[in-house]
Amino acid sequence: MAERHFVPKADREYTKADFQSDQMVKWCPGCGDHGILSSLLNTFPKTGHKKENILMVSGIGCSSRIPYYVDTYGFHSIHGRACAIATGAKLANPTLSVWVNMGDGDSMAIGGNHLIHAVRRNQDLNITIFNNEIYGLTKGQYSPTTKFGQITKTSPFGTIDYPFNPGELVMGAQGTFFARALDCVPALTTNIMTRAAQHDGTSVVEVLQNCMIFNDKTHAAITDREVRDDRTIILEHGKPMIFGKNKDKGLRFNGRCLEAVTIGENGITIDDIMIHDETTDDAGIHMMLARMGGNLPVALGVIRNVKKVSYSQLYEDQMDECKANGKYKCVDDLLNSGDTWEV
Amino acid sequence: MAENQIIKKDDLVIRFAGDSGDGMQLSGTLFSDASALTGNDIATFPDYPAEIRAPHNTIAGVSGFQVHVGSHIYSSGDKCDILVAMNPASFKSNLKWAKRGATVIVDVDTFTEDSMKKAGYESDPFTDELERAYTIVKAPITSFTGRIGKEQGVDKKTTDKCRNMFALGIIFYMTHKTLKQTETYLERKFAKKPEVVKLNEAVLHEGYEYADKLEIMHSKIVEVEHAVMPKGRYRNITGNVATAWGLLAAAERSGLRLFLGSYPITPATDVMVELAKHKALGARVFQAEDEIAGVCSAIGASYAGALACTSTSGPGLSLKSEALGLAVMTELPLVVVDVQRGGPSTGLPTKTEQSDLNQALYGRNGEAPMIVVAASSSANCFYWAYNAAKLALEHMTPVILLTDGYLGNGSQLFRIPKVADLPSITPRFAKPNDPEYRPFRRDPETFARQWALPGMEGLSHRVGGLEKCPDGPLSTDPENHALMVYNRQEKVNRVANYIPEQEVTGNPDADLLVIGWGGTAGALTLAVEEMNNEGKKVAYTHFNYICPLPKNTGDILRKYKKIVVCELNNGQFAGYLRTQFPECPTLQYNKIMGLPFEVGELKDCFTKILGE
Repeated sequence: MAERHFVPKADREYTKADFQSDQMVKWCPGCGDHGILSSLLNTFPKTGHKKENILMVSGIGCSSRIPYYVDTYGFHSIHGRACAIATGAKLANPTLSVWVNMGDGDSMAIGGNHLIHAVRRNQDLNITIFNNEIYGLTKGQYSPTTKFGQITKTSPFGTIDYPFNPGELVMGAQGTFFARALDCVPALTTNIMTRAAQHDGTSVVEVLQNCMIFNDKTHAAITDREVRDDRTIILEHGKPMIFGKNKDKGLRFNGRCLEAVTIGENGITIDDIMIHDETTDDAGIHMMLARMGGNLPVALGVIRNVKKVSYSQLYEDQMDECKANGKYKCVDDLLNSGDTWEV
Repeated sequence: MAENQIIKKDDLVIRFAGDSGDGMQLSGTLFSDASALTGNDIATFPDYPAEIRAPHNTIAGVSGFQVHVGSHIYSSGDKCDILVAMNPASFKSNLKWAKRGATVIVDVDTFTEDSMKKAGYESDPFTDELERAYTIVKAPITSFTGRIGKEQGVDKKTTDKCRNMFALGIIFYMTHKTLKQTETYLERKFAKKPEVVKLNEAVLHEGYEYADKLEIMHSKIVEVEHAVMPKGRYRNITGNVATAWGLLAAAERSGLRLFLGSYPITPATDVMVELAKHKALGARVFQAEDEIAGVCSAIGASYAGALACTSTSGPGLSLKSEALGLAVMTELPLVVVDVQRGGPSTGLPTKTEQSDLNQALYGRNGEAPMIVVAASSSANCFYWAYNAAKLALEHMTPVILLTDGYLGNGSQLFRIPKVADLPSITPRFAKPNDPEYRPFRRDPETFARQWALPGMEGLSHRVGGLEKCPDGPLSTDPENHALMVYNRQEKVNRVANYIPEQEVTGNPDADLLVIGWGGTAGALTLAVEEMNNEGKKVAYTHFNYICPLPKNTGDILRKYKKIVVCELNNGQFAGYLRTQFPECPTLQYNKIMGLPFEVGELKDCFTKILGE
């Protein structure tokens, strides 16, 4: 099947400034959302897509205010429904470059159903999940990604809800692209978002985002400068999975599970370290990578990026085929089809 | 055939009833199609259970299909002149729909001890009293059909599926019709299975000949008068298909892509099923993961520039409520088709009702007015779907189109229009790079805003559920909110300037005004016509425009001493009229049984009111 690209190319080069809106950004000072917005504004010129064809769709929550801060077409919808609205917009006009922005509650609690089905369909949507593990706009209730046992306004004795891992959810739903980024590392986030835009199909980028007010430092155990290099690993396709301040640690598969090892200890060499293959169809290893944490570094970068014909392409191909071969060329043909008679 | 004994009649009602798998819907459809093709006016009413195949031979599994044929037909008829009952359960549950004196054809082979017990009979149902009240024809349908199957070497299961053809053959004999149309259908349908065609045709003929040999039938042959209809090309059409085609026509006429985002729900599913066939005509159908995604995808499609629609029934409309508020707030064109069914909750999924009116009018948070219109016949679902799209696009607002299970599944003759002859539809597109464009700047006459589509240069803007000011940005300013609430209401109110005035039929000088709305027009029209023919003066007005109401509605209501509002709910339209015209006292006639009105009960009601 011939690969088709529907979004028109820009006829000039854009800069970040072209996408900045005139609206005052009203997030709290220090909020991780500022970093994500900046990454997104840096991403758009890199996609090469015509500006008028970019559509930002969001749900409800702090993060979902983002369409107001980007000078493109935008739709700030209702809680949980951003994926569904984006799906309709992209189906109605496949030449749109559609970006969906949601928080963890928006995307995985009230909007969980729409998220998994959007991922399953693999329509050409670019989904970003701002994951701060809390309901911020309603002032601090636990979300579907809040850590087990955490005390919040609605869990004064600690949550007894087991949290979702967005990566597992995406891969469980047969996702073709999943990546993880950090709000505080905009260069990495921009790079990941650009790759997400290039992916034909649904891409999901989880950005670990800090809410200073209601869940400050929820990701600090991995994002603080002093520990970040040891507790995270940036995956790159085709390269060994190496991490650590001194680049001396790596991941290997011991036959049962992943384990972190130190190169040069116990006879471990670089050859023992796994090479990251984001394109392997079987999601097993990608699932393991997405689940890492605790004794293993949290995986950042593009974890999964596989080719699978997008819903957008399948739909347009089917439309074209039907139009070429259809019995009826206009509605009059249809009205007069089958059993009719003259009076 | 004994030609000299043929009785001429204006109309005839036939009811086919049997087990869910007995092919009664098909028999009814084949008979109505053949009647329409041979010049009768028709209306049909399928009455089927929610279960696909309830236990064999039980009352729960009985499926019925009523056909009304004649010279001018408004409804599927009250009680039937001929009842076909393929087993004891269908005989038991459908006899109440037969007129006294009706001919009742039963498959006598199925009246075994076991199946009679399953149907709840403790003794022989064919009592002397019953045989006096009806002409009961005990036809050995199963055994005759079985014999033919055996002769042709066909297995019993396949043979049993043809029993309905035997019954149909009897009915064709009784109505003095040929078997030609049905044979053509069978030859087309089973073109690749000549053995199936052969068997079905043989059984069909056997039924016909069986009737010919039965002396009692000779005095029962009825020829129904041909219809006198305006010139034109005709076809038979169900309400759901008509709705789908109306939307297709509106998309073509407006030059827009048609988008339908829906989720399967009885009895609305066939709107989606029909549109899914027409990708060649540009219909973009999306079967969503749920009702909410159905409407939300349509809202997204509308923002992107499609003629966006969603189809559903009562419970689905409830699920869509929040999103409909978003469509009101973003002032996007959207057509919501609600094929009403018995409620509340899951209610009576396969039965008809008009009880979603309040939900359509009021079922949203905040001040969220939208246009509400209702179709009043299976065929005019086409025009109301078209009109709903026109109103949505030209007034930039969501529109709810109310049909119901009776209209949606029922069928009627449809005079085929030319798309070019339908009223024009002019979407309110903004001009690319228009420096004056503001998202909520309004047309001074209609109060409609302009539609700027993603992809258009120089018009990028944001919409959403939060209150905005006319220029586009968010606003929590108290005066602005009051203004925007007023504007959105005024936009809907002003639609009244663009719709025709309400008409009164029957005898406009009567003391009594009968009011109906939506799918009840057939029975109401006939009841009023018969009353006036009998010299009892009754005026009648039927509403298709519900919100806003036609401008002269109050003038009409104030003219009559007595008003009765008839509807298949507990008085929702009556209540709505009272809030609009508190000076006009209204009586109510309500039926909440999952069934359409019968002409008889309506006439009884009007006669009683006239006597008071």
